[in-house]
Amino acid sequence: MHFSDIIGRLNENTQHSLALFSPELSIVGAIVALLLVRLLGLDRQFPGAVVAILGTVLALGLAAFQFMEFRDGSTGPTSMFTGLLLYDPFTVYFRIFLLLFLLFVEWLTVVTGIPDAEDAPDFYVLLLGSVLGMLLMVSANHLLIVFLSIEMTSVPSYAMVGFLKGRRASSEAALKYVVYGAGAAGVMLYGISLIAGLLGTAQLTVEAGAHVPSVALALVEFGKVHSSFTDPAVRTLALGILMVLVGLAFKLSLFPFHFWCPDAFEGAAAEVGGFLSVASKGAAFALLVRFCLALVGDSRSGGAPLSELYMNIGVALGIVAAVTASFGNLAAYTQSNIKRLLAYSTIAHAGYMLMAVASMMVILNAPTAGSLSSEARSASAETCIQGLLYYLAVYFFMNLGAFAIVALVRNQTYSEEIADYAGLAKQAPVLAVCMLICLFSLVGMPPFGGFFGKLVVFYSVLEAANLNPIMWFVLAAGVINTVFSLFYYLRIIKYMFLSPIPEGARTVDVPALSDAGWYVLFVSLPVFGLGIFINWMSELALDVAKWLL
Amino acid sequence: MSNTFLLSAIIFLPTFGAIAAAFFSNKSESAMRSFGNAITFITFILTLFAWSRFDSASITAEHPMEMVVKVPWILTWNVYYNLGLDGISMPLVVLTSLISWLAMLASTSVTKQYKGYLILFLILETGMLGVFMALDFFLFYVFWEVMLLPMYFLIGVWGGPRREYAAIKFFLYTLFGGVLMFVALLMFYFDSGANGSERTFDLLELARIGQGRTGTPFSEFVQITAFILLFIGFAIKVPVFPFHTWLPDAHVEAPTPISMILAGVLLKMGGYGIIRIAFPICPVGAYYAAHALVLLGVISIIYGAFAALAQTDFKRMVAYSSVSHMGYVLLGIAVWKLTEGTDQTNNTFWNLGLNAAMFQMLAHGISSPGMFFMVGIIYERVHHRDLNQFGGLMGLMPLYGGLAVGIFFAGMGLPGLCGFWGEAWSVLASWNYNPLYAILAASGVILTAGYILWAVQRVYLGAEYKGPHPEGITPITDREVFIGGTLLFFCIVLGVFPDLMFSQMKSSLNLLVENISTAKVLSALGEHLTGL
Repeated sequence: MHFSDIIGRLNENTQHSLALFSPELSIVGAIVALLLVRLLGLDRQFPGAVVAILGTVLALGLAAFQFMEFRDGSTGPTSMFTGLLLYDPFTVYFRIFLLLFLLFVEWLTVVTGIPDAEDAPDFYVLLLGSVLGMLLMVSANHLLIVFLSIEMTSVPSYAMVGFLKGRRASSEAALKYVVYGAGAAGVMLYGISLIAGLLGTAQLTVEAGAHVPSVALALVEFGKVHSSFTDPAVRTLALGILMVLVGLAFKLSLFPFHFWCPDAFEGAAAEVGGFLSVASKGAAFALLVRFCLALVGDSRSGGAPLSELYMNIGVALGIVAAVTASFGNLAAYTQSNIKRLLAYSTIAHAGYMLMAVASMMVILNAPTAGSLSSEARSASAETCIQGLLYYLAVYFFMNLGAFAIVALVRNQTYSEEIADYAGLAKQAPVLAVCMLICLFSLVGMPPFGGFFGKLVVFYSVLEAANLNPIMWFVLAAGVINTVFSLFYYLRIIKYMFLSPIPEGARTVDVPALSDAGWYVLFVSLPVFGLGIFINWMSELALDVAKWLL
Repeated sequence: MSNTFLLSAIIFLPTFGAIAAAFFSNKSESAMRSFGNAITFITFILTLFAWSRFDSASITAEHPMEMVVKVPWILTWNVYYNLGLDGISMPLVVLTSLISWLAMLASTSVTKQYKGYLILFLILETGMLGVFMALDFFLFYVFWEVMLLPMYFLIGVWGGPRREYAAIKFFLYTLFGGVLMFVALLMFYFDSGANGSERTFDLLELARIGQGRTGTPFSEFVQITAFILLFIGFAIKVPVFPFHTWLPDAHVEAPTPISMILAGVLLKMGGYGIIRIAFPICPVGAYYAAHALVLLGVISIIYGAFAALAQTDFKRMVAYSSVSHMGYVLLGIAVWKLTEGTDQTNNTFWNLGLNAAMFQMLAHGISSPGMFFMVGIIYERVHHRDLNQFGGLMGLMPLYGGLAVGIFFAGMGLPGLCGFWGEAWSVLASWNYNPLYAILAASGVILTAGYILWAVQRVYLGAEYKGPHPEGITPITDREVFIGGTLLFFCIVLGVFPDLMFSQMKSSLNLLVENISTAKVLSALGEHLTGL
């Protein structure tokens, strides 16, 4: 092949990819615009929030358009940039998820007034930069991109956690986050190098006719040679996989890699906490699913080489999920700071959602001893992804709602102690009722959306439990945790609704028909809506899952 | 009026009322009160209208439900908005709307934050009616849990001094039972899809699968596990010893109208769930558990009665009497002996037991709210409930005394009043099961007479009132006479014409007995059952 041919192909590929990359490009454009506005001193005429929101809306529109194209079948899945990124409905679904969430966070920052006008461009550059990294995470198709995108997300997050410059707690939180993040990234990079070294490729999936083999294909070949666990090469591979999972577990704040989470959330502004808790979790789950599926590859038949190893990874993920959920819920019980409490609740919810991924791994890799046809296997695995996507969709609103209300109350009482929420229902009924909706949805009570998310996730665990008995333990842990979690959510509710307003407390005045009132209604009503009008969202989640698998 | 509209209107009219109530001004309390009374009354009338359309004679094996509504809800999960009425649910639906209406009328004692109270009360009513009408397990579960939230606040905000403790205790117990039921729900859904058939949440279809009439029957492991999970979930609600400890706290701390609803309706959901879900879907599990259930029923009867005898708080005594009375329900449901061949005697007695259980639920649903209301009347006037500091109320408030004694006698099970039939027949049915249990259960009747007569003596009889606030004792108001009188009226009507209810339940209960006792899964279990 001539050099000019290669250049020609690259050129063609890049042009093709740039069109598919347009949502990311418009975020990049917004970042550049923000920096220019800052440089030219135009931030009075063009406030940072406006530029950021315009860029986000544009990106969201483009992503929605791309999704419509998938739905009506006018485009199919393909790859971008010579296979470094994947462009499929799963990518686009998560693009919409992340961009919509970004829009809600930007709206929240406008309502709560953090950051102030002076810092706004800096803050939004960090926010958009972080989302850009997440957008790469959800489409990553190469282990190097996995690493780069995680770093690209993390670095702006560190700065955002420390953004409240005057506060010691904020700086301390940022430092902790950086140190943990750097450690986890190092471990992950080592794991990636092990995998790539063993397999000779770092490409997760490839199109037909490409020159590099995918990780899955390489694993099949690898498995033919090294099939037993006593083989050192298999152990090294398992170590590599575990190390990559450690990096992801850090992003997901799974036990025992969660230590940064409560401190970072307590130190950071509630807006940043809300952003990190949903967006970075969503992106990390998308990446985890992609990574796990890349391991399994297209060998759904069960009994494939190394499938026992993958099933054990699935079971291990299930146990980590059960321990994470239990730990998060038990630790949340003693908290007196609401942001810290919500941080532990975030950890617990990561545990619930991980159960879906763990079940998927078990279902896809369980030996075919049972009467499981390959269609039934795929259908069960689709249920797992459906559960994860539905849970994330509800979690988007319910967690953001809780953090938004914390931010709004903080603006008026300058306090984030749970005890200072006493009597909130009498002063600001809208905030209290919306908080109630979000918290009960977090518990998983009908008729709120969290219930259906939990139902699908637990159901997929039950399906996995029929294939591997250890998953019964995971299911039991999930169910019992639901009762545990009630204790601490109910404590907030008790303060808000049952306790009298203490003497000399600062008043909270948020009428229903104010910016803040509208905002909390807009965020908490979907929580309710997703518990009643379940059909469309569950169908959408199932469609995306079917496309993926 | 189509069935879809009628049944949906019954369930959701209170919800729309709650939404509308949110727009009332906080100051117009009397308007809100009339509005609440009107909504609950219209709901009551609608349930009566549904009853007038209900024809119990037309219920057969091919047509087990009247007025079936089935609209898709979540297609990817085969969840339907599926409602229907039969002889088991119809009387309970009417009871629910009646008690809700009377409790709403009795809410004059609630003055604090009336708007919130009204909204929560109406949402609660939606949940209760939905539970009794739902024929889809998913929908049933949603309504079941929907009741929790309003109840937590109704006890926690408007309750007595230890309200927060009582409210959270109630919430935790019920949620715990709920998640156990949730696991059973997932298991049924999963196993209904065995061998590639369509998965379902439909309770009737699940019952057919569970009984081995269609599809692949649930394995013995699933039946037994699911039965235990469901039974604990429902037993907490009934409440059955040893899951009853939330009840005295919740009942005592709740405001009077909410105690009426708790005793009158919420406890019935446990019994209803056992009859509608646990027994039909898991006959094998039920069969294995029957003996333990009978035992728990008897223990509840005796334990509740002794506990009631020991109370000095009037309301607590009534609360424990509920534990005792609901024990007869469990006893009646569980007296099921399986026999081989053509011997129908056992089924006849089990049928009798089920009839007794259903009737006892209705009778308790009338008399127990009445007792709580009677306690509430005197508590509002003298602000204490110490049984030893009453006396002579019959002379001071003769009309009140008369009503109260009537209702308490109904609770005691005096022949001619509603409490008699359920108690007598379930004891009768249990004799066939095991005479020892029958004797123990019958002795519960004596204990009941003991604590009720003793309470009546200490509160209503005697020469003079001995407690504090004698100046507060005023004759009862017309509204109170109306509520108490209505309840007493139904006590007498059901006591004299029990067939009014038995005729409604007959064909559904016959069908239930027939279906379960001839379930294929039982005969498939083969010889080792006959040995038991």
